[in-house]
Amino acid sequence: MPEVELPIGPQHPALKEPVSFRVVVDGERIVRLDLDISYNHRGIEKGAEGREFTKALYLIERICGICSHAHATNFAKGIEALMGVEVPRRGQWIRTLVAELERLHSHLLWLGVLAHEIGYNTMFMYTWRDRETIQDLLEEISGNRVNYGMNRLGGVRRDLSAALLARALEGLHRLAERARFYAELIQEEQTLLVRTRGIGRLPRDRAIVLGAVGPTARGSGVDFDVRRDDPYAAYGDVPLQVMTSDASDVFGRLEVRVREIGESIRVAVHVLENLPSGDIAAKAPRTAPKGEYVSRYEAPRGELVHYIRTNGTDKADRVSVRTPTLANWLSVVEAIQGRVIADIPVVVAAIDPCLSCTSRATFVDTGTGDRSAMEWDDLVAYGIRYYRDHERLP
Amino acid sequence: MNVVLLALYLVVFPGFLFLLGFAWFAEWWDRKLTARLQDRVGPPLVQPFADFVKLLAKEDIVPEGVPARLQAALPLVAFAAVATAFLYVPVVGSSPFGAPGDLVLVLYLLTLPTVLLFVLGWTSRNVFARIGAVRAATQLFVYEVPFFLACLGPALAADTWALGDVVAAQATGLWTVLLQPLGFGVAIVALQAKLERTPFDIPEAETELVAGPLTEITGRKLAIWNLAKDIALVTGAALLVALFLGGPTVPGVSVEGLAGTVIGFAVFLGKVLLILVVLAAIRAGVARIRIDQLVTWGWSVLTPLALTQIALALVLKGVGWP
Repeated sequence: MPEVELPIGPQHPALKEPVSFRVVVDGERIVRLDLDISYNHRGIEKGAEGREFTKALYLIERICGICSHAHATNFAKGIEALMGVEVPRRGQWIRTLVAELERLHSHLLWLGVLAHEIGYNTMFMYTWRDRETIQDLLEEISGNRVNYGMNRLGGVRRDLSAALLARALEGLHRLAERARFYAELIQEEQTLLVRTRGIGRLPRDRAIVLGAVGPTARGSGVDFDVRRDDPYAAYGDVPLQVMTSDASDVFGRLEVRVREIGESIRVAVHVLENLPSGDIAAKAPRTAPKGEYVSRYEAPRGELVHYIRTNGTDKADRVSVRTPTLANWLSVVEAIQGRVIADIPVVVAAIDPCLSCTSRATFVDTGTGDRSAMEWDDLVAYGIRYYRDHERLP
Repeated sequence: MNVVLLALYLVVFPGFLFLLGFAWFAEWWDRKLTARLQDRVGPPLVQPFADFVKLLAKEDIVPEGVPARLQAALPLVAFAAVATAFLYVPVVGSSPFGAPGDLVLVLYLLTLPTVLLFVLGWTSRNVFARIGAVRAATQLFVYEVPFFLACLGPALAADTWALGDVVAAQATGLWTVLLQPLGFGVAIVALQAKLERTPFDIPEAETELVAGPLTEITGRKLAIWNLAKDIALVTGAALLVALFLGGPTVPGVSVEGLAGTVIGFAVFLGKVLLILVVLAAIRAGVARIRIDQLVTWGWSVLTPLALTQIALALVLKGVGWP
């Protein structure tokens, strides 16, 4: 067959979110791959800059439907640091509990997605069934299955009752059993192994050079986890083992995530069993003094960074979000070169992409296809000019 | 058998009408089993029929530059091929169409849908359909050889190319599966590949190729194609029942007349559903492999196994056992 272009995305059964791979294939083999990630720019950063901190917190939470608590906690952590507010211990521990439950549900969801990509629908159904345990717990704890709204500036919104603690422990013990089953399954199921072993190679040094984060990097033997190396919330007081794998391929990323499921259950159980008493939140002031803060957080997909700049008002001057998926894209493009079509969904799914959180705007000349970036002042001027011309505004 | 009875056999039972009902039932049985294995509820009994009716009512879209008549004809030809194949498989007693060499005819007719699938995909003018078509053709060359070899085993043992005679040779209760378990295993796996079910659903791998060769096929064409696939499923399973599991016969039981026919039919149904259980369990238990892995595995494992079975069958025949 001659070389043909295979359009994977922006609508394609393998991808539930808009991203476009323009893959040039020769028969089954991939010759070139071009990535276009931004189809769903929602302007959340700008939106957050126009709202008071208390409102912005809930907007930031909606960056991602899966790791919503990660974004909210990271943002709250930054604002609290700028305000100089100390979150009470119980509040910190409850934040940690929800964070680990969120990691559990995210990893179980991902396990199902990977299984589905390689046509292993039984595992997909099993993991999503087990994930319901976590979803039910999160609903009981926060009142919501997604976008928990658990945080407020200075602490958390809801406390845990003793009865709820017991139910949560029971659910986690049941899940621990399932986690052991999955840990065995991924080592034994031959069709799963032949589809993941040696696929999407990403050696340790390349993972570091390309800036991979989270399980993608840990699956290549990079021993880094924000929870241990720059502790926040209760992670400084909770025993945590960072899981790595030297496999440096899709199987390594799979192995790391499955072991992290077990580790997250242990952390969540430890938090539930040793939950300190006291207040769950401190009172936060309305405004934050002038300053800037880089807030880091180990989201289920890797290191999440929020840059926040305040100027003494009740609104942020600048909010910038770097989601882990953005950091991992380069490793996908590298890991997929020279592979075959059947490996595309596997290698892409292996970084657990969360696309709409990653959206970036770029300027394209539709005539020539040239792409360019624009400075802030130019963008403002362009916006004003655009609306004046198109909407006939004064 | 007179003309009226032959016509009944052709149109009503076990021909066209029964086959339609049985094909939909088999699809339901397969989907329900898979669903239960995956801890899902699964579809209600009428779902395959409802899907068929729904697809019939859908708009029939033909992309620009695609030979419309050819694409409309291909599903019908596939349907005719597999439905004809079913007529030669012994369902109650031996088939009245049975002839020396009908095994070869059935194998040939069962190969047709894959060839037609290739043409369907290749003429679709869609990059997903074309890659799927190439995969379907590649897969054809991998599984057909072991499937033919595995089906050759029982024919060798019974010294005949007629399906009816292969069944008759097993009437004593010494089913071929007992003598050729290896061949039976190869045939099951190759049938799974022939029907393009996980782990061999490579041509229509959803997450890679959308719907593979069927990407541009809609409405009536898709309805007929799906029906042909269901019939291929029951025909394939029925063929294995006839070759390896003694067809409609029960060892030690020979009842004359209508009662005998009914018992034979019930036994046949039970055995086909049993084969479908095995196929569904394979589908639920594994992940899809890649086409290059299939080619390597097919030629280095599956075909040698089938050849080994043929050699063993010849040795058994040479020493005159059983």
